[in-house]
Amino acid sequence: MKHTPLYQAHVDAGGKMVDFGGWEMPLNYGSQIEEHHQVRNDVGMFDVSHMTVVDFKGVEAKKFLQTLIANDVDKLKAEGKALYSCMLNEAGGVVDDLIVYYQDDENYRMVINAGTTEKDIAWINAQAKGFDVSVEPRFDLAMVAVQGPNARAKVYEAMPGVEDVAGELKPFNAASLGGLFIARTGYTGEDGFEIMLPEKSAEFTWKMLMEVGVKPCGLGARDTLRLEAGMSLYGSEMNDEVSPLEAALTWTVDLSDEDRRFVGRDALEVLKDKGANNTIVGLVLEGKGVIRDHQKVVTNNGEGEVTSGTFSPTMGKAIALASVPKGSEGLCEIEMRNKMVSAKIVKPPFVRNGKVLV
Amino acid sequence: MSEVRDDRQYTETHEWILDNGNGTYTMGISDHAQALLGDMVYVELPSEGDEASAEDEFCVVESVKAASGVYAPADLEVVEANAVLDDEPELVNSSCYDNGWLVKFKSDSLDGLMDAATYAETLD
Repeated sequence: MKHTPLYQAHVDAGGKMVDFGGWEMPLNYGSQIEEHHQVRNDVGMFDVSHMTVVDFKGVEAKKFLQTLIANDVDKLKAEGKALYSCMLNEAGGVVDDLIVYYQDDENYRMVINAGTTEKDIAWINAQAKGFDVSVEPRFDLAMVAVQGPNARAKVYEAMPGVEDVAGELKPFNAASLGGLFIARTGYTGEDGFEIMLPEKSAEFTWKMLMEVGVKPCGLGARDTLRLEAGMSLYGSEMNDEVSPLEAALTWTVDLSDEDRRFVGRDALEVLKDKGANNTIVGLVLEGKGVIRDHQKVVTNNGEGEVTSGTFSPTMGKAIALASVPKGSEGLCEIEMRNKMVSAKIVKPPFVRNGKVLV
Repeated sequence: MSEVRDDRQYTETHEWILDNGNGTYTMGISDHAQALLGDMVYVELPSEGDEASAEDEFCVVESVKAASGVYAPADLEVVEANAVLDDEPELVNSSCYDNGWLVKFKSDSLDGLMDAATYAETLD
């Protein structure tokens, strides 16, 4: 199995190591629920070095990305500004979801998912033929996400010089400091930074953060945090056969420039005219139990399926994201262990910045 | 390394059974099982007087990660369920052999259980 530069640090900290798409990663360091609360109430950090950074360089970098992804990088004008987008196949299905950062019109940085890296790089390289752009995966970089209401203050305390370059960053913006790339982004619904850094510096930085009281958190808590935050997970809410229009990600698709013929646009326009049948909604279980992935959902408008189900530590109830027929509302029923259990349909997010919103 | 207590017997499906000496038995899940399941968030227990046949799934413990059935070790009748777990399912993690017990039952056909040493060997 593959290891990040922080593998030994996880083992030393008592991390329960599991196979995560070919990477041996910490699921938790004891209690996933405590780690979840740690991030909602204070600060925690995640090793996300298994994700892949890809740099795009060249005179046609902008033109290429305007073709490659469904959101429009023309929105990015200020250095360090970030954009969330899907990358689509010709049928409008999602190859991956990603964040792209602007440096200048000839330099962009993208972060893609770990499990899709091989597929993504092959896809990107195939699309790049004929463009004057170089595609450079940065397997030499590690990535640490420090998240929680106290995350920024703790990063400044642990990492001298960071406050000078990142102290004024607005959400969804990034700054550089030598080999560090510091983005005010995350996957938890809390404030914080995602820090990309040379793999050689990863363990030192991790230890410095621990020294000031930032607790390591595993990928178990990362999943319950993102689900409470109503954020999509590639492979659950969308995949190669689901379009953003069917995954409540229409806001990430930019059709405003008619001349921008990005990959998958034709298929999306057909689907848009026809009207997508399904969308992603939130569910809150009324009774006891835990909602699980792939359970059947019956709404006022027909049948659907749970795409991500879990127990919400912040709410003390089971919650889920589910793909259901458009127009579903009110109460629905979920088939759980051969029983039909009632749940309320809500609009995600469930929790943001420590507050329950549903 | 998970804890195995010498004062009780075990099943292949990681339940423990303690003979209370008065014709009743107390049952829970082993330390190995609770560690494997992780943070417990919901425990579904039978009611007093419920009967179960050997190998019936008669309790469910749910963690953040997964739901897992708990199986009757013999034909039995439930005499008490641990009502505290309704509000504090995490006791199954923090005190699986004491306060995190699941049910007490009566049975006259309990047989074929492992002693602690034999159970410990299956975990290696």
